[in-house]
Amino acid sequence: MRDLKEILLGNEAIARGAYEAGVKVVSSYPGTPSTEITQAIASYDRVYCEWASNEKVGLEVAIGASLAGARAMSCMKHVGMNVAADPLFTVSYTGVSGGLVVVVADDPGMHSSQNEQDSRNYARAAKMPMLEPSDSQECLEFTKKAFEISEKYDTPVMIRLSTRISHSRTLVSTNEPLDQKLIPYEKNMQKNVMMPAMAVKRHIVVEERQRRIAADVSNDSLEGLISIEQGSNELGIITSGIAWQYVKEALPEASVLKLGMIWPLPIEKIKKFAAGVKRLVVIEELDPVIETELRAAGINCEGKDLFTLQGEYTPSMIREALSDNKNPASAFDKSALPLAPGRPPVMCAGCPHKGLFMALSRLKAVVTGDIGCYTLGALNPTNAMDVCVCMGASIGMAHGIDKATDSEMTEKTVAVIGDSTFLHTGINGLINSVYNGSRSTVIILDNSITGMTGHQQNPATGRNIRLDPAPAVDLEALCRSVGVKSVYTVDPADTDASRKVIAQAMKEQHVTVVIARRPCALIPTGRGTPDMVVSLDRDKCTRCGACLRIMCPALTKGEDGYPQIDPVTCNGCDLCVRVCPFDALISGQATREEEAKS
Amino acid sequence: MTKSFNIVLAGVGGQGTLLAGKLFGLIAAKMGLDVKVSEVHGMAQRGGSVITYVRIGERVYSPVIEPGAADFILAFEELEGMRWAHLLRRGGTLLINMRRTMPMPVAMGQAEYPDNIIESILALSEGGTSVYALDAQKLAEEAGSVKAVNFVMTGAMSHFIDIDKALFYEAINDLFSGKKAALAEMNQRAFDLGSAIIEAK
Repeated sequence: MRDLKEILLGNEAIARGAYEAGVKVVSSYPGTPSTEITQAIASYDRVYCEWASNEKVGLEVAIGASLAGARAMSCMKHVGMNVAADPLFTVSYTGVSGGLVVVVADDPGMHSSQNEQDSRNYARAAKMPMLEPSDSQECLEFTKKAFEISEKYDTPVMIRLSTRISHSRTLVSTNEPLDQKLIPYEKNMQKNVMMPAMAVKRHIVVEERQRRIAADVSNDSLEGLISIEQGSNELGIITSGIAWQYVKEALPEASVLKLGMIWPLPIEKIKKFAAGVKRLVVIEELDPVIETELRAAGINCEGKDLFTLQGEYTPSMIREALSDNKNPASAFDKSALPLAPGRPPVMCAGCPHKGLFMALSRLKAVVTGDIGCYTLGALNPTNAMDVCVCMGASIGMAHGIDKATDSEMTEKTVAVIGDSTFLHTGINGLINSVYNGSRSTVIILDNSITGMTGHQQNPATGRNIRLDPAPAVDLEALCRSVGVKSVYTVDPADTDASRKVIAQAMKEQHVTVVIARRPCALIPTGRGTPDMVVSLDRDKCTRCGACLRIMCPALTKGEDGYPQIDPVTCNGCDLCVRVCPFDALISGQATREEEAKS
Repeated sequence: MTKSFNIVLAGVGGQGTLLAGKLFGLIAAKMGLDVKVSEVHGMAQRGGSVITYVRIGERVYSPVIEPGAADFILAFEELEGMRWAHLLRRGGTLLINMRRTMPMPVAMGQAEYPDNIIESILALSEGGTSVYALDAQKLAEEAGSVKAVNFVMTGAMSHFIDIDKALFYEAINDLFSGKKAALAEMNQRAFDLGSAIIEAK
């Protein structure tokens, strides 16, 4: 036991817990706020880990590893759970050999997501236990416990995180890893081959398993998953995860029952707690999962009649609803200060998507969008997006538009999808479009990285999760092989040429693919070098504004009309240097060579 | 009474609030105190408004700092300082880097960047609330990199916080351990310049 504490993100603590539990195989697809779990796993040499092409594949890899007797894990964001839902529901029936843990990170408040779904509903629907930690220490401990529960009860176990747990650093005590031995493989078709005759019997096992786990938590034979702090009997709170932290902050006097396992619920234990308090309130972000269950069990409680179904909770919110204690007093009254204009996220300095969206904007294209940095193309100044739903959806939606109308919209419609997203769930859409005679145009924005989640490798980048060389998918060859007749490749930095090629592709009466290829400006191959900041030669500058039109966040118009370069933001990509007609912008590269000479 | 600090780091994505947050995490751990550092990842990082919360104390529950609960706000940009000023408690300390980064709506001419931010804040500060404006970027450049604004700001606040300066130095060293020692030195220089500018005031 080491007594030195480390300060870890919740996600890093999940990785540490899995490592200490002797996990052998981890396969995940990146997605905020879950990404850092698998990234941290990559720092443990003895664990095999990988970026899967999507969450469904990631979970299936973990299922295979568990069948082979290894402890295995797959991590994803809440919407990734939707992609992995198919194997999830049935692996609940087969159960496991080596412990199998599925981590899902929700995003209340949608810091970086397209919806606010509550993944706890999956635990209930797929009938498997779900643990919910409330800080990094619990992330580590609950992950180890999840592997134990998985093997003890022959069930996959889910761990539910939320953004504030995943992305908060808190102190953690760590331990040495277990030397986990492979469980010998035994062929068992009755348990593992889910055909109707076998599945009918397994469903009975699943229901019995749920009852047994709930009872074991209630009678304390499954320890450490529920804690009761007896305070005043005027108010009792049932809560879990991050909401527990807010409750502790806001209601120090209340009696609190904290659930470490939020499915199945230890109803008997909850009934006893409820009997000891005059007023019972369930405090849970998003859906009334616990509350509904309590009400169904005849336990009288309050919950969503007091608290919102949307966004993150705060201690202030809880105090206002349930306490006479005052919220802290601010030094500044917000309404007395000038109105602060919003600062929405923007495409980075040097971002290759910029040029492409400028082209789409000029073409007045109808753009079916997809999930990634390039979704920002929907915002000002390009506003070049009409719809964005989920990973891979752009291609199917463009085909749907083509089949629905013969108006001008058909020709103007293009799907835009990133390289990683295309490989995630875009390929199947493309096959469908070709097979069903679509006339749609698909633009693959190949920036050679999975950008938004923080630069993860993918099957087209030529590197694996540990940055070792890996086979790279040839996107052009892939598109041709599924029957796309016209595949073009453009450099999005050359906006004019890109626009011409896209305009041509739009006219063609079969599926066309335009691959806009230029590496992300933030990766080493993206040319950008943060220490090579662009500078301005005021003698040459005519204040024509050409450089400002590339919408670089590092370039603004100064009060004197000259462009101002923000050296902190500039990535040294030289896009502005290339567009300046008067050579007034000087590349940092040139400055540096000059310095080297002198 | 045990020490407890609520620190808000507010800036624009890419300004290094995450690294400063990590620094305070290390310091708290060295002091044997509980700590929570809440970060923003993902979409908002792309040039958006970002905020990192640091809470240090005997026992910290919520990782988020409520309005009126911050002892310190380190604003890496003027507008972001104003946006989050209501988080400061009465009697707290607000440090603002006197630099303006135009948000896209302003660059597009759809919104105005308020031109009297620091004056407005100063006019409203009362009851022992302290507001300091400094050109952290200039000092960072002096130290050796414009990217060291976060350490200049930290140095400036070190003057007001009851934490031993040696702990800051140690934590900066730890942060860059295994990397170039030159980076640690440069950031310590930035820290010193930030600290000195406040002493001079």
